[in-house]
Amino acid sequence: MASNSFLKRIDLARLIIAEFFVFLCITAVALRLNLAELITSSLSRIGMWSVLVLAMLPAIVSGIGPNFGVSLGIICGLLGGLTALELAYRLDEIVQFSPGILFLMAILFSLPFALLVGVGYGWLLNRVKGSEMMIATYVGFSIVSIMKLAWVFLPFTNPEMAWPIGRGVRVQVALGNRGLAQLLNNFLAIRIGEVVIPTGLLLSGALCALLVWFFMRSQTGMAMAAAGSNPRFAQAAGISVDRQRIIGTVLSTVLGAVGILIYSQSYGFLQLYEGPMFMPFVAVAAILIGGASVSKANITHVVVGTILFLGIQVVAVPVANAFTADWSSMGEISRKIIQNGVILYALTQAGGE
Amino acid sequence: MGAAPILRMRGISKSFHGTQVLHDVNLEIMPGEIHGIVGENGAGKSTLMNILFGMDVIHSTGGYEGSLEIAGKPVDIKSPLQAMEHGIGMVHQEFMLLPSYSVAENIKLNREVLKPNLVSRLFGSGLQSLDYERMYRDARRALGRLNVGIDEFAPIAGLPVGYMQFTEIARELDKENLRILVFDEPTAVLGESEAAHLLKAIQEIAAEGIAVLFITHRLSEIMEVCHNITVLRDGRVVATRKKNETNVLELAELMVGRSMQFNTNSKRQVQRGKPILEVKDFKVDMPGEQVRSVDLTVYQGEILGIGGLAGQGKIGIANGIMGLFPASGEVKINGEPLELNSSQAAIAAGLAFVSEDRRGVGLLLDASIELNIASGAMFGHGKFLKTWGPFSQTDRRAIRENALKYIKQLGVRCTGPTQKVRQLSGGNQQKVCIARALTMNPKILLVSEPTRGIDVGAKQVVLDLLRELNEELGMTIVVTSSELAELRSICSRIAIITDGQVAGILRPDDSDVNFGLLMAGQPIEKGA
Repeated sequence: MASNSFLKRIDLARLIIAEFFVFLCITAVALRLNLAELITSSLSRIGMWSVLVLAMLPAIVSGIGPNFGVSLGIICGLLGGLTALELAYRLDEIVQFSPGILFLMAILFSLPFALLVGVGYGWLLNRVKGSEMMIATYVGFSIVSIMKLAWVFLPFTNPEMAWPIGRGVRVQVALGNRGLAQLLNNFLAIRIGEVVIPTGLLLSGALCALLVWFFMRSQTGMAMAAAGSNPRFAQAAGISVDRQRIIGTVLSTVLGAVGILIYSQSYGFLQLYEGPMFMPFVAVAAILIGGASVSKANITHVVVGTILFLGIQVVAVPVANAFTADWSSMGEISRKIIQNGVILYALTQAGGE
Repeated sequence: MGAAPILRMRGISKSFHGTQVLHDVNLEIMPGEIHGIVGENGAGKSTLMNILFGMDVIHSTGGYEGSLEIAGKPVDIKSPLQAMEHGIGMVHQEFMLLPSYSVAENIKLNREVLKPNLVSRLFGSGLQSLDYERMYRDARRALGRLNVGIDEFAPIAGLPVGYMQFTEIARELDKENLRILVFDEPTAVLGESEAAHLLKAIQEIAAEGIAVLFITHRLSEIMEVCHNITVLRDGRVVATRKKNETNVLELAELMVGRSMQFNTNSKRQVQRGKPILEVKDFKVDMPGEQVRSVDLTVYQGEILGIGGLAGQGKIGIANGIMGLFPASGEVKINGEPLELNSSQAAIAAGLAFVSEDRRGVGLLLDASIELNIASGAMFGHGKFLKTWGPFSQTDRRAIRENALKYIKQLGVRCTGPTQKVRQLSGGNQQKVCIARALTMNPKILLVSEPTRGIDVGAKQVVLDLLRELNEELGMTIVVTSSELAELRSICSRIAIITDGQVAGILRPDDSDVNFGLLMAGQPIEKGA
């Protein structure tokens, strides 16, 4: 009995992945790879993804499951970013925005999109109870495809983002010109030897996590958790389950929008078109690796999952390359195997309780 | 009647996980006999039938003791398929029919009449075609034996329930070796004329020499068609009677009568206050527990019991008032009309509900004890929160203090207030449910099946607790329970619900006969 509950708490899959991470780190040391560079890029990748992974939390807690459709939120964030850039361009003659203000404007402009889309998306998910994950995945795929058309026709005029010939937005919009690239990463960045700690980036992730943590302890947050873990209980307690699920979806979408802006500033570009297509899967895999299931999650799962999964991503590539010098996609392949394997594993555990 | 019984069950005993549900049951049925089996819920009727059909629940829990004989030969039935081979048929309570298939196809399902064709000659008999002509002829013949004018070509979907029931019976009759046919509450879903027709059909089936086992709550039907009647109570045969040697009154008394002792609290029914909860023409659409039209008044400071057999609608009343299932009609609390179909409104009006579905509706199993206890007041009344404008945070300290108070007061056995409710025993979970309701400081406490699934010692504790709340705090309590004895031990009045209506309101010290009659849907004769 005791060993049984011990196994349950550790969970075999998590154990294997944690061991794999440790193995990679040891190998990296043994191969005399550039550790400072590995640590630096791990930290920045963890920070980049932190809010996108956090976006999974309200979705799982409110009962809709891991938000495979967080691409909706990502697109809202991209729209907010483009709008901010466009506005800055049009007002260039009158006023120059500082990068910080511009970044806040991007977040601000993305919010109305995210709220609106979140409510509609939540309403949709309330009509398909029981198959949210499947529907969410396809909503995500469809919207990315629809947006591929939209990016071409949206009336943006800023030459920094338009195709040089004709209309439409480019595949990647550089953020460097207006000082947005690495904005948070460089804020209060600490340099220890060759290791750079992207303090601002990590702090903004932590701030979002703290806000969500506070929210989960509020009356609405408690009601949302009740609605997610036992809808019939929630109904009997006078909670509107559908409303809580919509709140959860909206929150997830908003975090997705904020998350992509944080991600993009670190990356240095807004990635449009195919960009958001497979991002939800990384976020889903990360929170699941952290110990969440499709119906249960908390902040610890977000933190542990982000560190483990994105840490592996960073370390695996050079390690794999060291062994298979002429097969450079090995790192990417192992990332895909882990990502999809973990999602598959979590789905098979879904009804297991 | 032949001399040898077609079915003989001897000394049948069965226990599930240490709980004895059948004690030494004996049953004999002659060919052509209609044998009635009556008993309250939990008397052991369905377990007995499961043994007869070799159902898996029996064999996976260690089998049974005693012996079965069919036509004088001892048999050991290990699966429903074997039961069928022995000529035992069953008409189910829930219809086992495929809606898009025709009546005839349903009757012949998996026993289709086949004829070879070119393809089947080449590739094996699995590809033979159906001989529809003969299938329809067989179906027609089986339906003819029931004297019903059902079109054998019609699809099942859209037929009235009565016809579905007859289709089920026809399917059994069509099996050529059928010797014993079991009807499990066949009239439960039927209207009056359909029920009458069915009873006639049962008599005709028996006249062909088939033995019929007829299980029902409706004593009048039993008296109408059965030759012999066996009364089960608490897993024992309390009596076997010939029809002409008994009457409805005696059967009702045999069915309900308890050897178990209980103290009625008749002394307290004098303190009746003003009406606090009035229910008029109340209907609740709760599957399996339909409330058709209930009028009921609850008085301040009383414990009202709601009793009756399963499926009659007693469970639906509290669930309907609490807005958990669609309801219509009129509900007043302290004279104020209550908004129906809204849990929020019911909670705001000062109601608290301890659900019969403790683990499904009553608790957040993976949350802590303290959170479960606080949750009702937190979500319903906004308690246990610190608020700053639109922002709120849970007040952990208040939640902890409240939980500790109730853990002590109700004697919840746990490792501490943060233990998960899932890990508690049924009785302690029930205490958490009650603590949760009490934390809401209700005007009226609705409690459904307070002792279901908890052990004997804990049962008494829970009942005593309800009585104390009523006596010491003057709390008005409405208890719904299948256990009549427990209602009689704590309630001041008991409403018996039959067929979705109040059949009558009795005092706890009324006679067993009266309780039995009301539960069986019979009017009480004056002076009985």
